[in-house]
Amino acid sequence: MLNFVVRRLVSTIPVMVFVALFVFSLIYFAPGDPAALIAGDQASAAEIERIRLSLGLDRPFFLRFFGWLGDVLQGDLGVSVFSQLPVTTLIGQRLEPTLSLMVMTVVLSVTIAVPLGVVAAARQGTWIDRFVMTFAVIGFSVPVFVIGYILSYVFAIRLNLLPVQGYSPLAEGFWPFLKSLLLPSVALSGVYVALIARITRTSMIEVLSQDYIRTARAKGLGQGPILFVHALKNASVPIITVIGIGISLLIGGAVVTETVFAIPGIGRLVVDAILRRDYPVIQGVVLLFSLGYVLINLCIDLIYTLLDPRVRY
Amino acid sequence: MELLNVQHLRTHFRSAEGAVRAVEDVSFRLETGKTLAIVGESGSGKSVTSLSIMGLLDKKTARNSGSITFGGRNLLTLSEREMRKIRGNEIGMVFQEPMTSLNPVLSVGRQIGETLRLHQGLSRQAARTRAIDLLRLVDIPAPERRIDEYPHQLSGGMRQRVMIAIALACEPKLLIADEPTTALDVTVQAQVLDLMRDLQKRTGTAIILITHDLGVVADIADRVIVMYAGRTVEEAATADLYARPMHPYTKGLLATIPRLGSSLLPGEPARLEEIPGQVPSLRKPIHGCAFAGRCKFSVDLCRSKAPVLERKSEGHSVACHLADNGVSA
Amino acid sequence: MDTPTQALPPLPDLFPPQPRRGKVRRLIVQHPSIVIGGSLLVLIILLAIFANWLGTVDPYKIAPAKRNRLPSMDFWFGTDTLGRDIYSRVLYGGRVSLFVGVSVAFLATVLGLVTGLIAGAYRRLDAIIMRLMDGLMSIPPILLAIALVAAIGGSVLNVILAITMAEFPRMSRIVRGVVLSVREQPFIDGAIAAGSTMPKIIIRHILPNIMGPIIVQATYICSAAMITEAALSFIGAGTPPSIPSWGGIMNEGRMLWQIKPYIILFPAVFLSVTVLAVNLLGDGLRDALDPRSATRL
Repeated sequence: MLNFVVRRLVSTIPVMVFVALFVFSLIYFAPGDPAALIAGDQASAAEIERIRLSLGLDRPFFLRFFGWLGDVLQGDLGVSVFSQLPVTTLIGQRLEPTLSLMVMTVVLSVTIAVPLGVVAAARQGTWIDRFVMTFAVIGFSVPVFVIGYILSYVFAIRLNLLPVQGYSPLAEGFWPFLKSLLLPSVALSGVYVALIARITRTSMIEVLSQDYIRTARAKGLGQGPILFVHALKNASVPIITVIGIGISLLIGGAVVTETVFAIPGIGRLVVDAILRRDYPVIQGVVLLFSLGYVLINLCIDLIYTLLDPRVRY
Repeated sequence: MELLNVQHLRTHFRSAEGAVRAVEDVSFRLETGKTLAIVGESGSGKSVTSLSIMGLLDKKTARNSGSITFGGRNLLTLSEREMRKIRGNEIGMVFQEPMTSLNPVLSVGRQIGETLRLHQGLSRQAARTRAIDLLRLVDIPAPERRIDEYPHQLSGGMRQRVMIAIALACEPKLLIADEPTTALDVTVQAQVLDLMRDLQKRTGTAIILITHDLGVVADIADRVIVMYAGRTVEEAATADLYARPMHPYTKGLLATIPRLGSSLLPGEPARLEEIPGQVPSLRKPIHGCAFAGRCKFSVDLCRSKAPVLERKSEGHSVACHLADNGVSA
Repeated sequence: MDTPTQALPPLPDLFPPQPRRGKVRRLIVQHPSIVIGGSLLVLIILLAIFANWLGTVDPYKIAPAKRNRLPSMDFWFGTDTLGRDIYSRVLYGGRVSLFVGVSVAFLATVLGLVTGLIAGAYRRLDAIIMRLMDGLMSIPPILLAIALVAAIGGSVLNVILAITMAEFPRMSRIVRGVVLSVREQPFIDGAIAAGSTMPKIIIRHILPNIMGPIIVQATYICSAAMITEAALSFIGAGTPPSIPSWGGIMNEGRMLWQIKPYIILFPAVFLSVTVLAVNLLGDGLRDALDPRSATRL
């Protein structure tokens, strides 16, 4: 088991190095002088020169890359060109809202989507199935910012039930925290629910045709235990896999959701950084999100062993 | 005492090209503690018959007519809820494929104990203790250890024993075994059949044994039904059937059984007589005798008029126009 | 125990046969989503192409006297903060979304096909190409596109290139998967033994097997690209604000949306319906062409 964890960790290294290389070379994709690009239009020649030196742009590319990679591995993501604060500090300040939003969305989505998918599979071809599938295709189609505005308009502006925008930190009380995140996480759930409900249905339909389901019925078990004990556990590996892969959609969605609901998270941080061409911040955020995504999917590989006794590493 | 009485059972399946007539008029009775074998090739309707008794056919695609009377009630008219109380409790079932019929992600103990907790209301602990007893009953060594294992850790024979333990957990009045030994090695086949016979003696359960192999029937069954294309073609006491088969199809089946010493001489290839031809399509109504197309004795009458199952001697019925005309000789 | 049966009565079918339907009705009944999605999409494409003749005015024309008008007979969807006609802007904006969607789908298919075929056909390059794809796929698509647009600047072409980079690895993996499974088939060994070359095998055996999954995946990429383009423009990192696009219009309406929600509403509805149409088409095509292998993601 430990052996597997180590091997799996090692296998993520080339992927992460590629991501790092991509992130690092971002500024070189642009035509023109990177230092001038970062400094902006109004910068003086001296300022451009200062940035050139601070980024080490006078040294060869790979030397700079490995220098930067070394810093990153020690937890130094550089300094924001705009605020002059370390990128790690900026990200640290913004971590709570984003993390809370994503955790809440995952919990909400899984609790809604899995039962929907199970019921759709159990009643394949009926109106319930068609309803769930229609719901799923709409979830795939309506962008998160559209869902966000609709929800906000109905529940915040018209019905005045929840705050329109903004974020209330957990430290200031659980209910305000929950209320401020409810609409954003429901909006962000749209695609994710669609994704999970669909794979749950597909996987369950496959499992429900297996011989052991007939055995379970021959025992006299009711629909409930058959679906949720005998079938769902067998269907869970593809479902968990998609939950992991879907995190990638969720991260992108979080960036947009934070803009709609004015949540001061990492998504806002990166959007502001783009508008200001604050490359170190963009690099840091992309690197961090990708690392998070890769690590989550590594954890999911480990969860397989809990769900299926046949999986051995 | 009569336990099960199946009368004029028919089962059709819905398909894109119209109805598939899987079972067309099957009737039989079974008494407590006795064993009935239903024999036929694949597609003869023998498995569908057993699934009809269990009420396990998909109601959206399958339809039954006739009656299945078990313990005084017609199972075909019971609600799903009422059937659930019978399945696994009064009727146990063992399936053909031990490799795929056990749930791969649940422990053996859980899968046996589940039935006990459901039908007998046992506690988790009591169900576990009883499950260990059941594993011992079906001759699984080291049951205390095996109970926490998963199906993939067991051999095919052991899995089928576990299936039997599950089926017998609630001491059912009827055990339906659908090709219980087909997927197993020959030596294991004999062990599993011995086990079933032994358990029947101890528990007094009646058994319906579904098989394509007349060879496994001889030692265990009291009576035999031979099915072909969804119809009963012959029914008799086991010994009578072996001694005096009347239907050409039954004779064909008996000829395919390898007999000890008959063909195992060195240099002489084992010669099993195959019945040439194929089972007719069940998608179209069959006129005349269903076996006529493969029968070497068939005459014009066979193709125009369907033979009726008729009693020829005490406890021996056959559906063949030629059964009286010395074909059986 | 024996039960001699009486003469068989004529047995009726327990399932009477169903009447047959006509060709068009069969298509609608069997694949309703192809019909619904396809017609919706055609309608929207026509709206975008013929925007000039559909009662629109100059979408760029600023009219300070007519700012912030509610939807009315004169301004069907109202006007924005600069007095521009939202109906006209939404219709013209469709061109950007559709162009980006179709272009990305096309480019991602070409790139995915080339990389996937190479990876599937040549073992040595497989590992390298797939690690590259893993790397690209480990960066969330919107974030990857944001980062690229931030670097190379926000023109329509750059947005297309950025989203293509984010989307083509999926296509590449699917193509590679099909190639590997076709390679397993015994007739490929036969073809190689008969002196057939790899390019010939690809054209003759692999491409026909790959068309279904590719078409389906291309429609999904098209819908994902339209959403990503709108998201980029919405957060102000996409196509330049001078060109009307659905995401861009929503971005401009963002500040005022609590008082004037209709500015956001109309482009939002058009965007959602368009993406829905493409997705319905994709789902229908998947059921029709490739019921097993194509999945989303």
